[in-house]
Amino acid sequence: MTPEERKAFEDKVHAYVGREVNAPQKGKDDVNKAMIRHWAEVMGDENPAYTDEEYAAKSSKGGIIAPPSMLQIWSMEGYPMAHNPSQDVQRELHNVFDEHGFAGVLGTNTSAEYYRDLRPGDEVHAHTVIDKISEQKATQRGIGYFIETVTNFTDQNDEAVGKIIFRVLKFTPNDSNDATGGDDSDDGMPEAPTRIASPRGHDNKWWWDAVDEGKVLIQRCKSCQTLRHPPRPMCGECQSIEWDSIESTLDGEVFSFTELHYPKFPGYQYPLVCAVISLGEGTRIISNIVGCEPEDVYIGMKVKGKVEQVDEKTMLPQFYPAD
Amino acid sequence: MVADIKDKAAIVGVGSTEFSKNSGRSDLSLAAEACKAALDDAGLKPKDVDGMVTFTMDMNEEVDVARALGCDDLTFYSRVPYGGGAATGCLHQAAMAIATGMAETVVCYRALNGRSGHRYSEGVSGDLITGSAIHYGWYTPYGLLTPTSWVAMYHKRYMHLTDCTEDVMFEIAHATREYAVNNPAAFFYKRPFTREDYDNAKKICDPLKLYDCCQESDGGSAVVLTTPERAKDLKQPGVLIKGVAQCSGKDQEEMTSFYRPEIAAIPEMDIAAKMAYEQSGLTPDDIDAAVIYDAFTAIVLWQLESWGFCEQGKAGEFVLSGALRPDGRLPTNTHGGQLSEAYIHGVNGIVEAVRLTRGTSVNQPKKDVNHVLVTSGVGVPTGGALLGKMD
Repeated sequence: MTPEERKAFEDKVHAYVGREVNAPQKGKDDVNKAMIRHWAEVMGDENPAYTDEEYAAKSSKGGIIAPPSMLQIWSMEGYPMAHNPSQDVQRELHNVFDEHGFAGVLGTNTSAEYYRDLRPGDEVHAHTVIDKISEQKATQRGIGYFIETVTNFTDQNDEAVGKIIFRVLKFTPNDSNDATGGDDSDDGMPEAPTRIASPRGHDNKWWWDAVDEGKVLIQRCKSCQTLRHPPRPMCGECQSIEWDSIESTLDGEVFSFTELHYPKFPGYQYPLVCAVISLGEGTRIISNIVGCEPEDVYIGMKVKGKVEQVDEKTMLPQFYPAD
Repeated sequence: MVADIKDKAAIVGVGSTEFSKNSGRSDLSLAAEACKAALDDAGLKPKDVDGMVTFTMDMNEEVDVARALGCDDLTFYSRVPYGGGAATGCLHQAAMAIATGMAETVVCYRALNGRSGHRYSEGVSGDLITGSAIHYGWYTPYGLLTPTSWVAMYHKRYMHLTDCTEDVMFEIAHATREYAVNNPAAFFYKRPFTREDYDNAKKICDPLKLYDCCQESDGGSAVVLTTPERAKDLKQPGVLIKGVAQCSGKDQEEMTSFYRPEIAAIPEMDIAAKMAYEQSGLTPDDIDAAVIYDAFTAIVLWQLESWGFCEQGKAGEFVLSGALRPDGRLPTNTHGGQLSEAYIHGVNGIVEAVRLTRGTSVNQPKKDVNHVLVTSGVGVPTGGALLGKMD
């Protein structure tokens, strides 16, 4: 776009500021218990003020109320919008952006204010206005403009009951990401999470590479034969930087352990027990105890390790009760 | 050789922001407000500051804090590594700078959005915030990802070797909470809890449950130090650094020193304690109250042993005697600690230690408080400071 074209475009879109998206509209359904219950069930919101008449009557609310965050629900178009979206002023504005190359759209944030509780029988009227369009912004997604709409909600008495501000970014997608910004792989399925792997550098890559081949090695000083783990570049006993390694038999004993309850991380299988294990060779290693119930693990327990594939990407030593 | 640091620097001002779960503002804004509050407390102006110290983990550059505050030239700035291990390390740096004349007035600060920003309970599961990814790579594949899990590994062993039971851990959590109940700045102000609440709380990493763990917090705390000569002319009674030490022990790792002959101990704190006592000429008997770094209940026990309030392995007995309570041998974490006031990486604890020495804690013990211990986080290289009244 030349500077002149850009100015013409910006004048055109800024002319939309202040325009109403559509005339004030009454919601298709008045506030009602059935929709409240469905919403509460779907959201997993167990607040009895929404669904338990007896409780609600005795509470400070004095009766059933709608969850405040349902405010926008009462004015929504419903399923028809999925195949036949309304051609309103907002759509028209988005089309102007699309025609000028700002085809990407991303809902960035929304904020709501609730002035009073809505109760079954209340009507909800919504009136949406295009409130602001930003200057051109360079975002991580690409160059674009933020569009802010404001919806004011009123009731059957024309009293204000709430307000919602909604912001979207209309942008020209950077080459590196598409408009949806997803990181799906080729088959459209997101990858299953795996354990957080160690990065591999000069001093540890050889150790993890050996694990990938099913072996647990212990670094050994070539000069004084002292074993050390985790690996490091110099022997703390004699300061030699010459080293080789031996393969552990993975016979060990639990020195300490903990069962990890919370938080649970994606890619890990619970119950999950981590332990400090003293190996027969004399060094220690951190690993998991598997093959028994967490409550059966104890300090002093004899264990035997083997290298296993624990997920799609990860080979790891795992320790089992020794007999 | 014993370091010549006794009475070379005094804490003259302390300050904190509000502690919250969602500050709604930047780390820098918290840092600037905490520093300003500490300077106001001292009766000093930003232009009086010529030195700054913070944690390597702090997001706020010294120059940004200086510009926000309106400081003039800084001739000393330094950072201390290893998370909460840096808390009293800041006093260590500041006292050395003042003692050598590198700076006259030094502000130590720590400000973080620890709940609404990078959450502490995520440990090293997200972007690494410190240390080397290689180091944590020895633990992450197994799921040993969080501070609670690292501490649990030490404490399981400690409980195995000593008579420490859940009664002991509850007593620490409960005594601390009782202090917070009186402290309007604490998260748990007016919110006492019972043994039942403790027992029924969510398990985090065995043997640690929810109330054994501190809270992720947003907030900032700061303290100002200067020379004892200058301290005499300022608004508040000065609080002297009697001794201060840092130590990284043999075979130390950052939170995962699992390869030492015994792991139910913190030898680095033993050494720091010995150094601080030697510098100050004080003994455990001289210490009237304490602020002991309590990211977790368990870690208080090990430190009581390091600082000589009881024999190795006997901290449980000491705690069950009621020692940490207001009328006990060693009133401890009288602000509610990090368990119940807020987790500002131990710097809110330094603020409380100063109040205890001045005689202005909301839970000021009835007895005369002449000397107070304050410590840094453990599991990492750590340290502590002994504070005393100015004559």
